[in-house]
Amino acid sequence: MSAQGWRDLTPGAVVLDAGNAREVKTGTWRTLSKPVLKEENCSNCMLCWLFCPDMAVIVKDGKMVGFDYDYCKGCGICAFECPGKKGQKAIVMEEEKK
Amino acid sequence: MAVQINLKELSKKEILLSPGHRLCAGCSAPIIAKMVLLAAADYPVVANSPTGCLEVSTCISEYTAWKVPWIHTAFENAGATLSGVETMYRAWKKKGKIDKDVKFIAIGGDGGTYDIGLQSLSGAMERGHDLLYVCYDNGAYMNTGIQRSSATPLGADTTTSPAGTAIPGKVQKRKDLTRIMAAHNIPYTAQASPSHWSDFFKKVKKALEIKGPKFINVISPCNRGWRSRLDDAIQLSRLAVQTCYWPLYEVVEGVTKVTYKPREKKPIEEFLKVQGRFKHLFTPENEWIIKKFQEDIDQEWERLLKEESRDS
Repeated sequence: MSAQGWRDLTPGAVVLDAGNAREVKTGTWRTLSKPVLKEENCSNCMLCWLFCPDMAVIVKDGKMVGFDYDYCKGCGICAFECPGKKGQKAIVMEEEKK
Repeated sequence: MAVQINLKELSKKEILLSPGHRLCAGCSAPIIAKMVLLAAADYPVVANSPTGCLEVSTCISEYTAWKVPWIHTAFENAGATLSGVETMYRAWKKKGKIDKDVKFIAIGGDGGTYDIGLQSLSGAMERGHDLLYVCYDNGAYMNTGIQRSSATPLGADTTTSPAGTAIPGKVQKRKDLTRIMAAHNIPYTAQASPSHWSDFFKKVKKALEIKGPKFINVISPCNRGWRSRLDDAIQLSRLAVQTCYWPLYEVVEGVTKVTYKPREKKPIEEFLKVQGRFKHLFTPENEWIIKKFQEDIDQEWERLLKEESRDS
């Protein structure tokens, strides 16, 4: 992030680079724990992908493959909502050392 | 509608809201916004948001999380701004300057919708603009520090209706905006919840197929303001539906249809007890508020069911 002077701004301060908020790595906000995928319990239901507020669940070809820790704020909604398999969650929150 | 939404297929689509937005961890607003954008993925979309959590956090300085053309409007005029854009689009279409079938969607919080933006929203609806207004209702001015709004429920503790010896939290009931919108006799009004995502997707898709003004009110749990856990936003919206605090229904051309009926209506305590903003209600002197809360919900639910059987 670099500060811009008013001369550098577009007319009306219109942002032309759609989705450039991705330059802001909100993953640094995580304070307690991070979600970890237990692949053996995952049925690829995609609920984590749907419910993640930070678009931090990585899906490739219809398969849940992991998390983008650059953006995951560690809220834990994915782990809470994960139905898993046979009572075993596919996403667990693990303590994170900083 | 028999359309089933396949999440696996849906997950191949690009989400038109980028990560890196500065909404709190565990916030429901971006979940709702992304669901709306996914449901509208078949169309080119122009969006706007009035001042609120979603607006200030998705577009800070020269950074935007929106991958669709999006306009930031002031608190009071999301309806007016989008009306203007939609009118310009119609004029261009008439002149042959544009041939796309563009959809216009406003996404605002309860402050910008129930309170400050109500007049411009009402005007847009009355003039019959072809747009969809989605309200994410978190029940207070969360962005500025949890001040009460007209969407704040009875008894909730906020910084401007603090629970204490003088008052037991907010002393008034919340405004029923969905009914107010339905009373505009617009073609489509609905209430939805992110927990019942399939129902929500269908409502957005249905609304976008209809020409004219549409309104969808969505419950949006806020862990900061509701004093709840970081990870239970979806669970709280589910409880809101299961207790009938937030009934899922739609009014299509004046015909009411309840789209989800819980097999067993849960007592309102289950929704209240998991939120710190209602913790003071669980004392002998404030018991009457919970009782009143339940009575109001039962009454409204009965009214809805009656309205539905009248229309069917």
